[in-house]
Amino acid sequence: MQLESMYQEIILDHYRHPHHKGLREPFDAEVLHVNPTCGDEITLRVTLKDAGGEPAVADVSYDALGCSISQASASVMTDLVIGKPVSEAMEISAAFLELMHSRDAGEPDEDVLGDAVVFAGVAKYPARIKCALLGWMAWKDATAQALAGTAQALGSTAQAEMEQT
Amino acid sequence: MTLDVAAIRADFPILSRQVRGGNPLIYLDSGATAHKPLAVLDAEREFYLRHNAAAHRGAHLLGEEATDAYEHARSRIAAFIGADPGEIIFTRNATEAANLIAYSVSNAATGGPAGGPAAGTPAAGLAIGPDDEVLVTELEHHANLVPWQQLCQRTGARLRWFPATPDGRVDLTDIGDLVGERTRIVAVTHQSNVTGAIPPVARIAAAAHAVGAIVVVDAAQSVPHHPVAVADTGADFLFFSGHKMLAPTGIGVLWGRSELLGAMPPFITGGSMIEVVRMEGSTFLPPPQRFEAGVPAVAQAVGLAAACDYLDAVGMENVAEHERMLTGRAIEALTAVPGVRILGPLTTEDRGGAVAFEVDQVHPHDVGQVLDELGIAVRTGHHCAWPLHRALGVQASTRASFYLYNTPDEVDALADGIRTAQKFFGTP
Repeated sequence: MQLESMYQEIILDHYRHPHHKGLREPFDAEVLHVNPTCGDEITLRVTLKDAGGEPAVADVSYDALGCSISQASASVMTDLVIGKPVSEAMEISAAFLELMHSRDAGEPDEDVLGDAVVFAGVAKYPARIKCALLGWMAWKDATAQALAGTAQALGSTAQAEMEQT
Repeated sequence: MTLDVAAIRADFPILSRQVRGGNPLIYLDSGATAHKPLAVLDAEREFYLRHNAAAHRGAHLLGEEATDAYEHARSRIAAFIGADPGEIIFTRNATEAANLIAYSVSNAATGGPAGGPAAGTPAAGLAIGPDDEVLVTELEHHANLVPWQQLCQRTGARLRWFPATPDGRVDLTDIGDLVGERTRIVAVTHQSNVTGAIPPVARIAAAAHAVGAIVVVDAAQSVPHHPVAVADTGADFLFFSGHKMLAPTGIGVLWGRSELLGAMPPFITGGSMIEVVRMEGSTFLPPPQRFEAGVPAVAQAVGLAAACDYLDAVGMENVAEHERMLTGRAIEALTAVPGVRILGPLTTEDRGGAVAFEVDQVHPHDVGQVLDELGIAVRTGHHCAWPLHRALGVQASTRASFYLYNTPDEVDALADGIRTAQKFFGTP
């Protein structure tokens, strides 16, 4: 069956034993994303840290209900972004988005995407692309909010210092 | 079998398609949209080939023929549901029909001077406001829910609802409290697109009429599947879509009692529905034209009339009986699969041919993917009935829906396909 090309063993493994699942504290931002077509949802938290002057992903924690593709993709995503600088993680995210829209033509770069290359088969089933992207979109949104929050925090600290002098 | 299914299937060329992996198509998604028999396709094509013109406009021969075709279609559809042609409004689909009623009511509430109801006009009687209530059910398809939510938002009226029972029927326990002197509109499904439940609409309508409320019935899943005579339903409004009853997409029907339609202000305005137009203002035609702005969808209406002919030739009683047989077989086959739970009544009593189910530890998307690979088309998700799914305690479901061209073998294939999905995902 063609199904094996989409439902690779790695995907089924992540579905049965999702990595980094659960909601943890502390966190910098939390989002709730939903797939309106099917009701799949993910609540996702991002914690950032400072890594030599630029923000990096300290933790991604989540709670989710959904199909094997959406759950496995979120799990693989957490493996790929945790510990990386945000800028690098965003590049991986862009590469994954490109893979999803590739209709399974072209060679995914395993150096950039790691385990996420196994989702190449999903691109042949357009109805499932949103499933694979749910976790990534949630992470991007939460990270953007976390960064905006950090900027606000820095801004108000500077303001307070100015007012004191 | 009461139907000659093989003969019927021969009328639907798409059913002989091969799909994934060279498998024959097993189409169990007629609840989403139905296929079209050659007679419907031919009728639509014939109109374009020989009689095409803008109806109600041309003073020339083709214009006359197009107008005749359109009005003949209106009469044909009226006869199909036991109604008067003057009470049939063509819309784009059931969803638009629901919105038509809702916007007409809020236009009645705001169409007068200073943005309130125009006192003393028939429309004023339709206006609703902050002291009023609109009553729906938890089973409703979004088309018969969201427009009423929005109506309440626009007018300040309060939305209330009958809850769902655990087996996916309308819970009438609190009907005495829910239907009261503030109730102005009661909107209810004639048949659930998820659980298949057929609520006691006539009983609900009687309670509604006792307090002077109008009754709106969503017949999108009933008119295509069993005989419906509007007089028997107790409805004041009833709507359905052509594409779910073997007709083209883009044509729907709103039936309404003539005294109500006569009082209603229009929803969509423009050409065709006007009486006199000046720059300073316009007056409108009586119904049904009042609610049919723009050049009419004649070809689609002709297709819908041909669908009525096709269905009446088969016999709606026969269609219903065939579906009852398939539904009963599906309920039996699926309950025999360990780990499968049907969301809906487990009897064919007051229950139509939508069978939604969940498979333990296998998400509907994944069930649907395996079935798709086997050539079986079902729907996965919340089927535009999200609150109903929450009420039934599930995130999403897989739904098979049957029609006159489905066979018992296809039901068996569905059950086998579910077992295949369970094996693939390694669940018992």
